[in-house]
Amino acid sequence: MKETSLINLHKSNGAKLVEFAGYYMPIQYPDGILKEHRFTRTKSGIFDVSHMGQLFIYGDDMLTKDLEKIFPIDLQNLKINQSKYSFLMNENGGIFDDLIITKISKGYMIILNAACKINDYKILKEKLNDSYKLELKENLSLIAIQGPGAKNILGKIIPETTNLKFMHGGDFNYNNFNIYVTRSGYTGEDGFEISIPNEIAEDFTKILLKNGSKLIGLGARDTLRLEAGLCLYGNDLDTETTPIEANLKWAISKKRIDDQYPGSEVIKKQFFSGVKKLRVGIKPDIKVIARANTKIYNDDNKEIGKITSGSFGPSVEYPISMGYIDNNYSSIDTKIFLEIRGKKIAANVCKLPFYQKNYLKEI
Amino acid sequence: MSEVKFSKEHEWIKLEGEVATIGITKHATEMLGDIVFAELPEKGSKIEKDGTAGVVESTKAASDVYTPLSGEVIDTNQKIVDDPAKINEDPEDTAWFFKLKLKDKSEMDTLMNKEEYDKFAKESSS
Repeated sequence: MKETSLINLHKSNGAKLVEFAGYYMPIQYPDGILKEHRFTRTKSGIFDVSHMGQLFIYGDDMLTKDLEKIFPIDLQNLKINQSKYSFLMNENGGIFDDLIITKISKGYMIILNAACKINDYKILKEKLNDSYKLELKENLSLIAIQGPGAKNILGKIIPETTNLKFMHGGDFNYNNFNIYVTRSGYTGEDGFEISIPNEIAEDFTKILLKNGSKLIGLGARDTLRLEAGLCLYGNDLDTETTPIEANLKWAISKKRIDDQYPGSEVIKKQFFSGVKKLRVGIKPDIKVIARANTKIYNDDNKEIGKITSGSFGPSVEYPISMGYIDNNYSSIDTKIFLEIRGKKIAANVCKLPFYQKNYLKEI
Repeated sequence: MSEVKFSKEHEWIKLEGEVATIGITKHATEMLGDIVFAELPEKGSKIEKDGTAGVVESTKAASDVYTPLSGEVIDTNQKIVDDPAKINEDPEDTAWFFKLKLKDKSEMDTLMNKEEYDKFAKESSS
């Protein structure tokens, strides 16, 4: 089992550690999920996401062209230090991984899900025919600070980071080490992700803590992303689901819809003709939680879908779920039924996100 | 003088005369994490030892609540339904779940005393 460079800090802060994607990770701290969640929404929270893959691919314009044969986004027009959400897909448009690609001066940096990163690396290496140098960094940690207080806290340590725009990054100097900071995250709050050498990750995090932030576990990370309507790979996305079905059409470049990449035929067809199933938000009428794998029925008792993520939303203060539903039932306010502990519970299709996102608006 | 006993499903049982007050133990709440939802048996219903008598949901998972004794539900604690966080705050006192009029008082003998339960809880969580 692997550990991140913050393992001692997690332990000294009383973390409950669990196995996650081959790493010992903090699921929660003594405050618990509800408090950790609300602290992030009202102040700021620190997330150790060092288990995620930080893949660097080095190359020039040729690399951009080759990566466009893999990813459904417009990389030619991506500026240096700009990030975009994208997918690694199979030939059917099914998702191997959802990821963030950032153009850097020497090529690209791609942030991958922990459980997918080894497979992603293999797929990319093979597709790029060993023409480029790929490095899945083991010497870098990834620390996120999220919430309305994140900007001021990080700004005290590195003032220039406060000028970053949403989904943009840059190189910064910290104690003569180079760190790479992007204004991004996965909580629905304004915030930053900090790629930092392992040897200084703990000291850096301690300074964030000293300035009033708190460590937050994976439990609250899950309720935060769910309230924000964001997908969790393995739950809401998998190799059987396309980005269009996942209601992530906005992340597919329309300009590149006629180009070839894995799954491009399926994506083009679904982009223009629609899909059979669609990811939607679901809210039960009563205070009961519909968790992953809960079956969805119509009023004729016909099975029409399945919940893929469900929990209690600590900020909205009601149970929230997302799932895939027959597209005939996907419009907002459609009445549906959820089978929970043998009973049919009435519920409604509702709009996502459950919690209004507070990202930094473009100035 | 009331007697407090414990079950292997992590309930506590306080007996006063013919009436048992039942809740979940502090150890159970620590394993569950933040409780956000509680469902209790219906007042007046008759429930059998080891049957399900409700549900608690934490941010992590749903968990059945069992009745360690048979009897008739004569009262339920609406306060924990209205504010489930109370279960985490004071599980072994004010956040009781339901009161049972016992069918067979001898069922109490199948339960553990505090010392036995503490040992059981320690072993089952390690």
